[in-house]
Amino acid sequence: MSVTTAGRLRKNRGAAPLQGLFWRLPWLRSVLLLLPPVAWFVLIYLTSLVLLLITAFWTIDTFTTQIVQVWNLDNFRLILNEPAYRLIIGRTVGLAALVTITDAALAFPFAYFMARVASRRTQTILFAAVLLPLWASYLARVYAWILILNHSGILNWSLQWIGLPPANIGYTYVAMWIVFSYIWLPFMIIPTYAAMERVPETLLEAAADLGAPRWRAVRDVVLPLAIPGVVAGSIFTFSLTLGDYITPILVGGAGSTFIGNVVYQSVGIANNVPFAAALAIVPVAIMAIYLLIARRLGAFEAL
Amino acid sequence: MEGTWTKLALRIWVALILLFLFIPILLIFFYAFNTSNIESWPIPGLTLKWFSATWDDPEIRSALALSLQAGLAATALALVLGSCAAFAIHRMTFFGRDAVSLLFILPLALPGIITGISLNAFFSFGGFPLSFWTIVVGHTTFCIVVVYNNVLARLRRTQGSLIEAAMDLGANGFQTFRDITLPLISTSVVAGAMLAFALSFDEVIVTTFTAGAQNTLPIWIFGAIRLGQRLPEVNVVVSFVILVTIVPVVIAARLTGGGGAARVPAAR
Amino acid sequence: MWVRLGTVAAAVLIAVTGCGSTTSTGGTVGSPPPTANIKPPTAIGPGEGQLNLIAWEGYTDKSWVDQFTATTGCKVRAKYAGSSDEMVSLMKGGGGSQWDMVSASGDADLRLIYGGDVKPMNTALIPDFNNFQTYFKAPAYNTINGIHYGISLQWGPNTLLYSTKKFPNAPTSWNVLYDTANKGLVTVPDNPIQIADAALYLMKTKADLGIKDPYELTQKQFDAAVALLKQQRPLIKKYWATAGDEITLFQNGDVVVGAAWPYQTIQLKAAGAAVADTIPTEGATGWGDTWMLATNATHPNCAYLWTAYVSTPKVQAAQALFFGETPVNTKACAEMEALQAGSCAQYHADAPGSYFNTIKFWKTPIVTCPDGTNTCVPYAQWQTAWTSITA
Repeated sequence: MSVTTAGRLRKNRGAAPLQGLFWRLPWLRSVLLLLPPVAWFVLIYLTSLVLLLITAFWTIDTFTTQIVQVWNLDNFRLILNEPAYRLIIGRTVGLAALVTITDAALAFPFAYFMARVASRRTQTILFAAVLLPLWASYLARVYAWILILNHSGILNWSLQWIGLPPANIGYTYVAMWIVFSYIWLPFMIIPTYAAMERVPETLLEAAADLGAPRWRAVRDVVLPLAIPGVVAGSIFTFSLTLGDYITPILVGGAGSTFIGNVVYQSVGIANNVPFAAALAIVPVAIMAIYLLIARRLGAFEAL
Repeated sequence: MEGTWTKLALRIWVALILLFLFIPILLIFFYAFNTSNIESWPIPGLTLKWFSATWDDPEIRSALALSLQAGLAATALALVLGSCAAFAIHRMTFFGRDAVSLLFILPLALPGIITGISLNAFFSFGGFPLSFWTIVVGHTTFCIVVVYNNVLARLRRTQGSLIEAAMDLGANGFQTFRDITLPLISTSVVAGAMLAFALSFDEVIVTTFTAGAQNTLPIWIFGAIRLGQRLPEVNVVVSFVILVTIVPVVIAARLTGGGGAARVPAAR
Repeated sequence: MWVRLGTVAAAVLIAVTGCGSTTSTGGTVGSPPPTANIKPPTAIGPGEGQLNLIAWEGYTDKSWVDQFTATTGCKVRAKYAGSSDEMVSLMKGGGGSQWDMVSASGDADLRLIYGGDVKPMNTALIPDFNNFQTYFKAPAYNTINGIHYGISLQWGPNTLLYSTKKFPNAPTSWNVLYDTANKGLVTVPDNPIQIADAALYLMKTKADLGIKDPYELTQKQFDAAVALLKQQRPLIKKYWATAGDEITLFQNGDVVVGAAWPYQTIQLKAAGAAVADTIPTEGATGWGDTWMLATNATHPNCAYLWTAYVSTPKVQAAQALFFGETPVNTKACAEMEALQAGSCAQYHADAPGSYFNTIKFWKTPIVTCPDGTNTCVPYAQWQTAWTSITA
């Protein structure tokens, strides 16, 4: 192929003047190439974000819900002073943390098996098996759990079949915990597996040579080296749970309100964009702090 | 090496996790054949009637058409913008390089609802009525990074010497691009496009705030689940969406040896 | 495109530098609505082929929409909203040109009218308007200074929906929604106006509070209603956001009693569920709905054609029976009887006057109390309180 290509090239000798310019000033071409995508992001996306941030310092006319462009901190004051919002923020962060821990616990043995026990072939198959649900429609996977968890769903049927009382966890906090853990689990498995795969077997052998039983080698060698992977996975599980509103709407019950739900309702129902904007800053701030910590733990190298 | 019992325990664990991952998805496919319109277990019988009912539903058809059109338009735009950016960044070593990468990943790193409401505020503030194009703008914004990441990763692995050789042989920039660079990166471009389309086709949160009066397929699904009156059709549509998003991802994974699909987990 | 982007950027700059005007109506109604001077059309032109509606669930059923599309060529795209708040929000979203009409209830109407989101309509273009019950020709919630900001549609009560398995005898009081015996088995709407339902209950059960109108509450009365709902909170399985939510909850047996619209009962019964509904002795809240035309409607002719169509006795009757409500067109009674014997009396379509007074119709709570003082709790506080109740 390279021969024929080279042959074809030789015939097309001679360069356009523009070509020469690019050749002499390579950065010019890069700048021209970079201009459209960067312009897109700056003009549309960053402008949008800045606009949202500004809106957070406005309020609305409570009767007509028209935005009133007067600078004030009322929205932030309300978030800080109203116990309901503190409760909602605490609940959201709490569940996000719980989901992260659950997924880490579920993923660790799985990733360990993939990286250290499974054959190359099994590894590939398992990798694909984890990726597929990740890409299968998000809504579909949440919806599947409505079918499973509702009063006359497969869970209660199965429990009854083995002689247990029905669980009735549909529309509860427990339901959200299960569904979030389910949906984000692949996000935890993949980076954890990637980090563990990088631990050389020789390290474990060395530990064994020094007389450490296998479980100690895992605890003292694999676990610390896998931590960046787990933290990288936790960025996804934590932030995705933090910003979600669809799962609480579909499988949550009374008292399942998340930050995302209040934001969604503020925009979609109360038409109070300023308040939504102010509240939306909360998960962003939490994530910024989380990312700073994650960076210290070396998670970015494992991404 | 692990003891036999440890291995057995790990195997059981892996099997249980796989069941946990796949039973819900398989269940939806199963419910699509449910004769009853009440979603209880066990289902009373199997039927194909919902497939034709769904296919004949004009609402679902127009939602599907909109999703396909928006997905294709957003993919095309993301392809151009994402590839441009990848080429530029690949050649440059300038101080703002990391900042640009961070900028591109932002729509996926921030919760979707923030991207959604800020775009919504932008459109209403700027006096752009919500339309087909506002959906496309939203989708393009979070799809660019998918193309960008895939193309950039391939460019980094591509030997610059091949391109230099072509130049030395007298090829101009365009010829080099067409005959050397493009064939080298083409699979990664296709993979990026596939993933971008899959991402767009299934997106619901950003679309909620940029679609206005129109329904994309995911928006229709979300609405129909909440209204609860047409769940049999939801089962069919949802099974279909799973297939439509998975097929491009499988193709993309084959083209890039798995790396592409795994590189974008931040995608959702 | 780029020019527009520049405009946005400039607007952002202006905003940052602090130019802005403040306008607050705060819920007292003084100056005339912003659209009062827009002259409605005097004739209906040819349809535009499309009509985008915001409606209550069940208001755009195929059984009458299909015929409308066939005769007028207007394709109907409907979005079902779960609350009046959502309707108001949708009407304002995206520059207000997304939707042509909204089937707004009394508690949304004034917000839409004074927000400038809807414009006057010409009743002369609705042939059946003359057959409307007198009250609904110009109710205070959609007609201001003689200007009609919409055409009345239907009205009805919010009901108590219950499982007949759990309650073989119909409950006679709303107290079943507050009874700890039903812990985890109750559902009520996720809607701040629900505070009025609590106030209505307190009006009868705690007379010393002196509640006269469940939408006009002094701080003390309001606090009592909120406290009652906070007590109710542990009993709630889920606050329903759409009628479909509630139907699913009853169908799957997750709840046994709840506050509902008649629509849910009809749908559940049709699906074979063992449920019934009732209006308890304390009375009920209710709604009077109006089709309103968006100020920036892009399909006004189809909108008028639609309004005329849904005002005809046949469609009025069909919708009344489908949703379980009462038509405003007096001629619809005979059509209802033809479709379902006894239904005219069942839904009080023949005796509106007496029945009408037993229902406390949704309206937007404002600071002005019935005695003229500005000491009542406005709706914004209802919304905040509702968040703290349901959180």
